[in-house]
Amino acid sequence: MTQALDQIFVLTKQWLLGFVPASAQPICSAILSVVPVLIGFPLLFAITTWLERKGLGRLQNRYGPNRTGPYGLFQPIADAIKSLTKEDIVPLTADHTVHFLAPVLLAAASFLGYAVLPIGRNMVLVNMNAGVLYFFAVGSVVELAVFMAGWSSRSKYSLLGAMRAIAQMISYEVPLVLASIVAIMQAGSLSTVAIVDKQAGYTGIWPHWFVFTPWGVVGFALFMIAATAESNRSPFDLPEGESEIIAGYYIEYSGFKFALFFLGEYLGMFATSGMAITLFLGGWSAPFSFLTWIPSYVWFFAKLLALIAGFIWIRGTLPRLRMDQLMSLAWEFILPMALLNMLDAGIWHFMPAGVLRWLVCTAIVAVPCVLLGQGLKRNKKFQVRTYQFAK
Amino acid sequence: MSSLQSYLLLSALLFSIGLAGALTRRNAILVLIGIELMLNSANLNFIAFWRYGPAPAKLTGIMFAIFSISVAAAEAAVGLAIILAAYRHSKTTDLDQMNSLKG
Amino acid sequence: MTVTFLILAVITVAGTAAAMGLRNAVHCVLALTVGFAGVAAIYLQLDAQFVGLTQIMVYVGAVAILAVFAIMMTHTPLPAKPPTYSSFWLLGSVVAAAVFAVLAWAICSSAASTQGLPPEPEVSVQQIGDALMHQFVLPLEIMGLLLTAALIGAVVIAMDRREETK
Repeated sequence: MTQALDQIFVLTKQWLLGFVPASAQPICSAILSVVPVLIGFPLLFAITTWLERKGLGRLQNRYGPNRTGPYGLFQPIADAIKSLTKEDIVPLTADHTVHFLAPVLLAAASFLGYAVLPIGRNMVLVNMNAGVLYFFAVGSVVELAVFMAGWSSRSKYSLLGAMRAIAQMISYEVPLVLASIVAIMQAGSLSTVAIVDKQAGYTGIWPHWFVFTPWGVVGFALFMIAATAESNRSPFDLPEGESEIIAGYYIEYSGFKFALFFLGEYLGMFATSGMAITLFLGGWSAPFSFLTWIPSYVWFFAKLLALIAGFIWIRGTLPRLRMDQLMSLAWEFILPMALLNMLDAGIWHFMPAGVLRWLVCTAIVAVPCVLLGQGLKRNKKFQVRTYQFAK
Repeated sequence: MSSLQSYLLLSALLFSIGLAGALTRRNAILVLIGIELMLNSANLNFIAFWRYGPAPAKLTGIMFAIFSISVAAAEAAVGLAIILAAYRHSKTTDLDQMNSLKG
Repeated sequence: MTVTFLILAVITVAGTAAAMGLRNAVHCVLALTVGFAGVAAIYLQLDAQFVGLTQIMVYVGAVAILAVFAIMMTHTPLPAKPPTYSSFWLLGSVVAAAVFAVLAWAICSSAASTQGLPPEPEVSVQQIGDALMHQFVLPLEIMGLLLTAALIGAVVIAMDRREETK
């Protein structure tokens, strides 16, 4: 029974495939696999916008949306209707072709990453041999879409925003990839399915997730910081800081194209979160051995929602970084830590299991973490800020 | 026409396009891009020969392509840096105007 | 020689030809990314998955971005548009066409290039990693050295030295 529930989507797909002739089966199989992803994640996007506005409202001591439907639940639908019916304004001097292609490319590239994410047991679109590499390769296309949007608008705000966004994305792509290498090293494979399989099994009730090792927890933390920066979310939202350059690279977009940018951004965030789950949080496996009866895809989405909640929490809590702080964080803290973490994972692999391994590997990452943190604070004065004109 | 032949012809065409670009464009950045394109066509040759060669399990073609991509990336970084430095000096990327060494 | 290959070849050639022929430099780079992506797709079609994905990551994700950054930083708004092609463009195109003619003649007359497609080789990323770490470890190290040198060199060359002389 539990197994049938776990495989319900796979079985349904096979049942449906039984109705089509054998010659059409490959294409029908592909469509049946892709369409749920194309529907499911935008749906998650709609739910997330509501969750985010409600959560931010809570954090900022206000209500958030509460006019459309119970608890404002229909707010995403209202937003969708609004953005679909708005006039599509293109600046007169804009490069029309590129201006049109940018949001399309962004949304398409954001969707492509989901092809290698294992959403549940036997539920991955393509079990690619180089899955993680594919994920990062597709992710790098987003930068180009951002540049196209910023450049084609012929507006200084959007160009500034695009330049900031690309500089930030390139700087944080290095630690993002380096942080994920530890999981690849341990699994010995670039295939996402193999990485999840490597984290299967339980000791007592505890799972063998990579996050429960010294290098895993550091890798996960670095990956999530870099992922926040990659998806341009607060506190790394300089490229689209509303109070500085209005909305950054997509300021000259309106209506449906603006919605596409929004969608692409959130899809990118879900995809990187999904990759973090795959690499460090055991993919679709249950957190305790006595909870394995709950279907695998439920666990994947539960973890995804937990990470999204973390993103919302961080957005409501931390102030925006300055550009120099952003760069020094990437190059002076995250990058050396990621390199050290790789060394740590190597040592972990070759040391015999036991308490000593834990102590040594924890020390290797904890001591430099503290030292680098001290180094970042050097030459900086922290004091109570006085506002000259706000008295 | 066999498959390998068509891959090689495509690669030759890409090489010629890159060569034409490198020889005729005025913008230094686009000249560099033309050179990148020529490197790309060479990589395509390596992969095609590896795939159709007698011993694909030896991976030599793939290795050569990987190293060549890395060299091309390094070359692009240094080349664009040189163009930036030259631009700072002469305020142009137009190769026809960068002729102060002309006798 | 399949339909897939023909489509990919047309996309690649169109993209690269546009990259070398368009007037606007940014358009050129954007067209070029189409060409690079087409080449990557051809690698994938040739069962070289790792190289194809690396191609996308390096060329679309890094080289194209670097190129547009360079174009942005060297952009001078001029009242009159300078000509796109250099003064000896005719000679250049003739040379390129001649090179293509010679290459095409050599390829078409060669006997070695008329063989059929061998069975699909089993190449996993693991094998590539093994080869890189054992057989090709020295080139790999040299490549690391070269990339480090290129990184430092690019920063040193492109750094603005005016601050020192202030």
